[in-house]
Amino acid sequence: MPSILRHLLFIVVPLIAVFAVLPGVYQNHLLLFNFVIFLTLAQGVNIIYGFTGYLPFGYVGFFGAGAYGFAIMVMHYQSPAIIAVLVGGLVGVALGLLLTPLLRLSGAYFAIANLAASLAVLHFVANPALENITRGPYGVSLTGTFNPNDAYAAALVVLTLTLAAVVYLKNSSFGLALQAVREDAVSASMAGVSVVKMRVIAWLASALVAGLAGGVYAWYVSVFYPDNVFSGDFSIFAIVFALFGGVATITGPIVGVIILYGVYNLIGFTTPQYFQLIYGLLIMGLVLFLPAGLVSLATRRGWHVP
Amino acid sequence: MSPDSAPILEVTTLVKRFGGFHALDGLSFHVTSGEILGLVGPNGSGKTTAINVISGLYAPDGGEVALDGHSIGGVASHKLVHRGINRTFQIPKPFLSLTVRQNIEVALAHGRAGVAPPAMAALLEEYRLTEVADRPAADLNSAQQKMLDLVRALATGPRLLLLDELAAGLNPAELDWIAEKIKALASTGMAIIVVEHLMGFIEHITDRVIVLNAGKEIFEGTLAVAVKVPQVIEVFLGGEHAA
Repeated sequence: MPSILRHLLFIVVPLIAVFAVLPGVYQNHLLLFNFVIFLTLAQGVNIIYGFTGYLPFGYVGFFGAGAYGFAIMVMHYQSPAIIAVLVGGLVGVALGLLLTPLLRLSGAYFAIANLAASLAVLHFVANPALENITRGPYGVSLTGTFNPNDAYAAALVVLTLTLAAVVYLKNSSFGLALQAVREDAVSASMAGVSVVKMRVIAWLASALVAGLAGGVYAWYVSVFYPDNVFSGDFSIFAIVFALFGGVATITGPIVGVIILYGVYNLIGFTTPQYFQLIYGLLIMGLVLFLPAGLVSLATRRGWHVP
Repeated sequence: MSPDSAPILEVTTLVKRFGGFHALDGLSFHVTSGEILGLVGPNGSGKTTAINVISGLYAPDGGEVALDGHSIGGVASHKLVHRGINRTFQIPKPFLSLTVRQNIEVALAHGRAGVAPPAMAALLEEYRLTEVADRPAADLNSAQQKMLDLVRALATGPRLLLLDELAAGLNPAELDWIAEKIKALASTGMAIIVVEHLMGFIEHITDRVIVLNAGKEIFEGTLAVAVKVPQVIEVFLGGEHAA
């Protein structure tokens, strides 16, 4: 069996199946939805950081832009939710195109510039002068499209497509070329790889993922403020989850979200007073002892991790 | 050697400046298919800069680089690779976290070789990388990394190969071995430019050398003649040694 089929069959299908069945047996649907959103965002970070090495500290910019793309379609054009989600994805891509010059930067400079860009988009959207279009700082209420069950299903579809994209990257010469660019851009060009084109494609793909995720998020919650959907927590969480599991793999970000977001909620329910202490220690431990993520426990023994 | 046809690469009064420093200051030379040309000269004379301009890492500030009679100055590296130019690096630059096999796969998949490049297994075997094929490139020793760098270049099926100090750091047995490999490549019609400090190695494999000083060629011919030319002796050893 070719490995691309194996990855789809033994990683993507079971994960999606579990999250499709869980709402029937577990009551906290919002928690399940958040898991799906973070699984998607962590894989989006995986596409851009794991495969090209750009750390997107302002990743939430695409998410928030997608959420507002959804809101504007619904508020002003009475568009069906599905169409509005797709537009949310396109808004993410458009913002990605606008920010392509950032790819000239590298390392911390890229991360800082990307963070600044996401704050700029937040303040643009939240500007009271745009109240007629975005409702400015007063937030949006999209009661007309409110349908958590459909929104949850749409989120699962977005997650499936995102996972399929990562499986493709993991199994194609395109994904290999992206990793080559991450390792050494000069050598990659000497292997015949068009470095700029590769980076832009990965960048826009990860923007699309976040834009779509933002769209379904807006659909699900239906009432939100700029500060909610542009919250830096989304960027930080998605990055930490992806890194905790291990990037440039399919399973790493999945394991990262399940464990870390699971622990996050477990502490939140049981001992909220120690919440930040425990979580902070966990992340420090990760950075100190497992900088390449949980999967490195296996890879350093020579085991192959899909 | 068969310098019978038109040159594959023609470099004419090439200029490359870094700020006020003229790394290349009117360099001219040519190389034909099947020929091994040596570029020699003291440190800082512009050898690596010449390779970097020809392979598209730098755009020239003046003069012309022509491949098959078409100007290629300033064309992006990956496009030059597709047109048949490739190179190795003085300090090898493999994709460290990828396996040796994946390193080569990237070049095989994206090099768009004009003629079918050698198969993966043949490349691994011929350059003594079969044993380490599934290890990350980071695990290789420096000689192996140099061979991987060379194989990465060969996997794109180059017609013009630029070797930047490939021999430095190899032991005598490895030197003899790689010299034969380079000669065999040239005998298939590949044009090869060799930048090297090891004069014995240069003497052994090149048909012709260009001696560079301060970004210009000061001699063209065989190494045996070059070492008797006062100007060449002067730039290598200092004025008092020139007879």
